[in-house]
Amino acid sequence: METVVIRSLEPLIAELRARGFTVVAPKARDRVIRMDEIASESELPRGHGDEQAPGRYRLRERDDEMLFGFAASPDSAKRYTQPPSRTLFRMRGENIEEPEAEVPRVALLGIRACDLAALAVQDRVFLGGRHPDPDYRKRREALFLVAVNCAVPGGTCFCVSMGTGPKATAGYDLALTELAGPHRFVADAGSARGAEILRALPRVPAAEADLDAAERVSRTAAEHMGRQVDTEGIKERVAGAHDSPRWQQVASRCLTCANCTMVCPTCFCTTVEDSTDLTEGAAERIERWDSCFTLGFSEVGGSPVRGSGAGRYRQWLTHKFSTWFDQFGTSGCVGCGRCITWCPVGIDVTEELANLP
Amino acid sequence: MTAEARQPRAERDEPRPGLSRACTPVRPMTPELYRVRSRRADRVDTVTLQLVPVRGGCPPYLPGQFTMLYAPGVGEVPMSISGRASSGGYVHTIRAVGAVSGALCGKRPGDVVGVRGPYGTWWDIPAAAEMDVVVAAGGLGLAPLRPLVRELVRHRSRYGRISVIAGTRTPATLVYGPELARWRGNGVDVQVTVDHPDHVWKGPVGLVTRLLDRIVFEPRRTFAFVCGPEAMMRATADDLVGRGVAARRVELSLERNMKCGIGWCGHCQLGPLFVCLDGPVLSYERAARLLAVKEL
Repeated sequence: METVVIRSLEPLIAELRARGFTVVAPKARDRVIRMDEIASESELPRGHGDEQAPGRYRLRERDDEMLFGFAASPDSAKRYTQPPSRTLFRMRGENIEEPEAEVPRVALLGIRACDLAALAVQDRVFLGGRHPDPDYRKRREALFLVAVNCAVPGGTCFCVSMGTGPKATAGYDLALTELAGPHRFVADAGSARGAEILRALPRVPAAEADLDAAERVSRTAAEHMGRQVDTEGIKERVAGAHDSPRWQQVASRCLTCANCTMVCPTCFCTTVEDSTDLTEGAAERIERWDSCFTLGFSEVGGSPVRGSGAGRYRQWLTHKFSTWFDQFGTSGCVGCGRCITWCPVGIDVTEELANLP
Repeated sequence: MTAEARQPRAERDEPRPGLSRACTPVRPMTPELYRVRSRRADRVDTVTLQLVPVRGGCPPYLPGQFTMLYAPGVGEVPMSISGRASSGGYVHTIRAVGAVSGALCGKRPGDVVGVRGPYGTWWDIPAAAEMDVVVAAGGLGLAPLRPLVRELVRHRSRYGRISVIAGTRTPATLVYGPELARWRGNGVDVQVTVDHPDHVWKGPVGLVTRLLDRIVFEPRRTFAFVCGPEAMMRATADDLVGRGVAARRVELSLERNMKCGIGWCGHCQLGPLFVCLDGPVLSYERAARLLAVKEL
């Protein structure tokens, strides 16, 4: 389908809602951009931008009409594909019941190229191996993805280094580029159902000038990455650095708080919790997000394999940039920069990589 | 099958021939229910349970593989399979070291537990054909080796000399005593050493590696299977390699924290490996470098 221009997102939001999707989009809330349900374009964070640096996130006002004038928010698509907590089963007597998986029909409006890449990484983890997760598959297939190409990368962004952005190239149903003067969106469909929805909207064919302007947005964004990583030979370089003194150095600052893994769109580790209902004698087992930064994560026979913060930071970074390739044939990092922004002590993964031998 | 075991994980993703998937639940994290058919106390803190499926059959296993054993309401732990129950099911020898294994050890005949699996890689028994075989166990490391030795004994003529060397804390902590005696009667050289002898113990005292001097094998034509605490496995494997056994012919069974057994939870990573998928049985050729890195 041809690339078109749409003037407003209101008809798109209405169309998605009419088709039974809950539309989830960025909202300015609690002095941060969060992904949340919206019913109208007016709820989008018009006039908001952000300022991101190691250990720092601030919303700031923009003096224009941009609806998506900010970079990655702490929320990624992860919570919609891999919920923070889910019930695996309940056991009563000699019966096991599996609760129906919650499969919300969600349209994510405003997902960025880095997070589309993260979904592709998660697909490899949960669908690409010997034991595909049927619930993940259902949730993944229920997602409708409206990408917005980044215009204003954050101070901690490095998607260009990781080859994932700033322009969405695959994995979306619709992709939008927001343009000013006059305010409009260049839109194209990446799937049949995306094309179907686009055809239902008021639209005009994109003119040469619109396409040029959209191209310029992505090119300018690519030139304004806040961070960069030299990925040449990175898998071998990181794998070979396990004895580097740098791990001790970073561990002296790292709080092992697990924030980086919670905001990371590809971190997939989980743990399980068991409980019993004393009145009915029923047992329940839930799965929830876990982090390799916790001490109990690697515990065997009462003592952790990775007892030191240095060992745990090394595990996390080495997994992302090296062993992820061995396991899943791809990098575990998509360059969204969230782990840098949301680290309470401002540890910068790009700086750590640059300082490894 | 053995060639597959040595290939990288991605190439082994297909179900193995001969292993039925009939009992795999729709959701991989949901266990099948098994009933405790019999319980034998092996020592103060260790029991052997025979588990049989409450409904239907149970998938076949290969020696070296493990299941995820669920104590209802308490939790789930990976547990190596120690044998097949006589009426179709699994034998597990379990030592009470934590809440879950403690709850499992407390199960009585008729009680119900959950089982997922079998999972993981297996001892490469066919690769040991025509060779001398050394089986080295530390403590309860004998449990995952038991089905292997039974397999060797069943086809005794296929192998050269077979030696089982086992280390245990005290004479009272040795498991499978009567069975060790039967193996001895079936052409297997069985040697036991203890850390702390009691007043009647007349056998060897000290590390299991010292027993390597007391058995006979031709290093260049030897296949070794080793299971026990990690330090014991590394010391034994290093000793064997030092004597001329090829590292690729020394197999270990590793233990790591596991919450899923199927590559989802991330807990059992050892460098590039998921111990649940790429292990627990690994050749020393592959494991040596990884185990040498502290806190990997």
